Amino acid sequence: MLTVATGNKAVAAAVKEAAPAVVAAYPITPQTEIVEQIAEYVSSGELKSQYIPVESEHSAMAACIGASVTGARTFTATSSHGLHYMHEMVNWAAGARLPIVMANVNRALGPGWNIWAEHTDAFQERDSGWLQVYVGSVQEAFDAVLMAFCIAEDERVLLPVMVNLDGFLLSHTMQPLEIEKAGDFIPPLHLPHAIDPQNPCGYGTLTGPDDYFRLRWDIERSMRDAVDVIRGTQERFARRFGRKYGMVDEYRCDDAEVVIVAAGTLGREAEVAVDLLRDEGTRAGSMRIRWFRPFPRLDLSGRDVVVIDRDYSFGFGGVLAKSIAATEGARPFSVIAGLGGQEVTYEDIAGFVRNRQPGRELWFGVNGDV
Amino acid sequence: MTEIPREEYILKCTSACAGCGDSLSLRYVLKAAGPDTVLVVPACCTSVIQGIYPNTAFNVPVYNVAFAAAAACASGMSAALRAAGKKTNVIAYAGDGGTVDIGIQALSGAFERGADFLYICYDNEAYGNTGMQRSGATPLGARTTTTPAGKMQPKKDLDAIVAAHRPPYMATACPAYPKDLFQKVKKALSYRGPTFIHILSPCPPGWRFSTEKTVEMGKLAVRTGMWILYEREQGKVTINGPSKAAMVKPLPVGEYIRAQGRFKGISAETVARMVDDAAALARRLQKEEEGIC
Amino acid sequence: MFEVRIHSRGGQGGVTAARLLALAAVRDGKYATAFPFYGAERRGAPVVSFVRIDDAPIRISSQIKKPDLVIVLDPSVMDVVDVLQGLKPGGRVLLNARERRDMKGYPTFTVDLTGIALREKLEVAGSPILNTPVLGALAKMGIVTMESAKSAITEMFSDPRNVSAAEAAYRELVA
Repeated sequence: MLTVATGNKAVAAAVKEAAPAVVAAYPITPQTEIVEQIAEYVSSGELKSQYIPVESEHSAMAACIGASVTGARTFTATSSHGLHYMHEMVNWAAGARLPIVMANVNRALGPGWNIWAEHTDAFQERDSGWLQVYVGSVQEAFDAVLMAFCIAEDERVLLPVMVNLDGFLLSHTMQPLEIEKAGDFIPPLHLPHAIDPQNPCGYGTLTGPDDYFRLRWDIERSMRDAVDVIRGTQERFARRFGRKYGMVDEYRCDDAEVVIVAAGTLGREAEVAVDLLRDEGTRAGSMRIRWFRPFPRLDLSGRDVVVIDRDYSFGFGGVLAKSIAATEGARPFSVIAGLGGQEVTYEDIAGFVRNRQPGRELWFGVNGDV
Repeated sequence: MTEIPREEYILKCTSACAGCGDSLSLRYVLKAAGPDTVLVVPACCTSVIQGIYPNTAFNVPVYNVAFAAAAACASGMSAALRAAGKKTNVIAYAGDGGTVDIGIQALSGAFERGADFLYICYDNEAYGNTGMQRSGATPLGARTTTTPAGKMQPKKDLDAIVAAHRPPYMATACPAYPKDLFQKVKKALSYRGPTFIHILSPCPPGWRFSTEKTVEMGKLAVRTGMWILYEREQGKVTINGPSKAAMVKPLPVGEYIRAQGRFKGISAETVARMVDDAAALARRLQKEEEGIC
Repeated sequence: MFEVRIHSRGGQGGVTAARLLALAAVRDGKYATAFPFYGAERRGAPVVSFVRIDDAPIRISSQIKKPDLVIVLDPSVMDVVDVLQGLKPGGRVLLNARERRDMKGYPTFTVDLTGIALREKLEVAGSPILNTPVLGALAKMGIVTMESAKSAITEMFSDPRNVSAAEAAYRELVA
């Protein structure tokens, strides 16, 4: 059914299709509409889930963990400070190999209080063992949530998945949305290590260095295997529903001399900048980072690279720019833009490309005019 | 006469300290709960007592979880199990630090929501697992590694906080009275909704008494009136026999205080205040039992 | 790409008007996005919502700086906000007003949405509902078809008075 919906409503609609047994969540701007809509679905009987209105995000993830380890499908949603309040349990969920799916509406961290889009909140969870995907449209938010359950619950992965959408720019923006009937697209969850009183085991017991080390390596092996599972799931999705997704979404990159790399809505806005630059005679292309964990490989050979980070790692640099410099040996022009919801237009992005200085870092609107 | 089953759910030779009151408590808790039970254990002595991966000394599934998370985790687990039509007992089993301090928000939230599980706080009145630092449950005057001169504040009234959530069943207990503990666990698990048992768990290294005196220390706590055994069932208070007897004819509190190294050097004023506080609690419970308040 | 900026006050339904317009455009077979500017507004403060309509998928998330159409649901905001800011040359204005006003020479369309809502008894908590009738005016201006406007209204609201109010606005729009 084609409708128009906000990113938040799209996430909730996808959760309804996935029908988790337990949803435990706590409201936070700009995510609140997701949990309100899910509570409404549960209240009206459209969704047969246990909805647990917990008293904090730490408890939201703890309740999801408790539910998930029984073999039940679970979902939660959060944002920014909420994500950080549950940080301890975020790590726990991955270490416990529980396929929890969480929507995170990207929002800046205080102080000062700021409710607008920024990716630093989720990037700070990058080492937790969660898979992370960043979406660029309302439809993609819906699609990514459906696929997130398939990927998380795949026995080659069994790691939690975080679906990230930009605060307000997607969470509160209405766009066309095709609500697909998931049907059997998401297979039933079979958790091999589900708790069973007939077979009593200790979970998360005190673990010595050698065993702990091996369990960490198992997480990394699954993270590497996840690349194939993601590809396979996205291909299966394309065959079934007709929309194609990659680890990275490339736009006009084949002959590009300069490539713009960004995540989320900035990555979509960059495509418009590419068209503008091409009209001026610059062979530009765009690579929108979708999967951030596992981190994708990008074909950047022989190209100038402009990376736009809506995030920052203080004392180090833009997280995407530094990641790409490390993985691809690139010398990107690193642009820090859009922090705390700063407005960045396709014209601004075209300006970054026109005035690129490889190896340099620019704080848009603060330390230099391009 | 209650028959306590012979089945053991804690194997011998755990990593508990000799004379551990917690191990004794858990032994009876699990005998009462039976095999269709899951324990949710936050960071506490029990995290260590169960053994080291890949072994476990407990014969029920144990889900270990972060320090503040026991009640929330148990509430999620219970929701999922009930949704799947399973009656498995979910028992959050936490120390005093994980209950009265870092875990109290999750405990309060889960109880307010009416989650279906039993929360047991085994209370050795300090952070035992990290080597005896003060907790909110440490009594007035007790020395810990972070209160070397004795704690300046009285013990937090956890039971009053839990009672404010009006759970269908809550009780205090002590492993020195195993049948009483056994029956209380049985009763708690017969209710739907959140239930609560607060177990005073004597701790030889923490309280500084010799390891064979765990049961004796529990009995002294009850007989001197420093620990009152009672139940609050559907709001109605019943003071249990041993404490009823102690209210009529208590042992001198000095017998309890002097038996423990942690109270060494405690002032007579502090002891007097502890006695006053215990007496005030006893009067309050007696009035509630008689329905006067 | 056709870009619309809607001026209203918090609580008057500007955001819903934007959503209805986007839905009507989608029902016309087009692509559309609608989004409010979220600041620290409170009920009654001037607020802005945006709509983009295009024949291709819309990839732009930034705010609309140069709209093709400005809709003013509450003319009193014109005392505090320059509603014509950035309006493209030849861009149009749709005013909720009883009488015509000069909008610096921009082609201006006028309709008494408040009067229509009061007449149709379309009120929420004592405030007239403007966001459904405005769709009729927009249909008359050719932004969306009337069929899709009605379809969007019916999908979001069950009360048939919303459609009659839109039809009244369609009839009563003054160019």
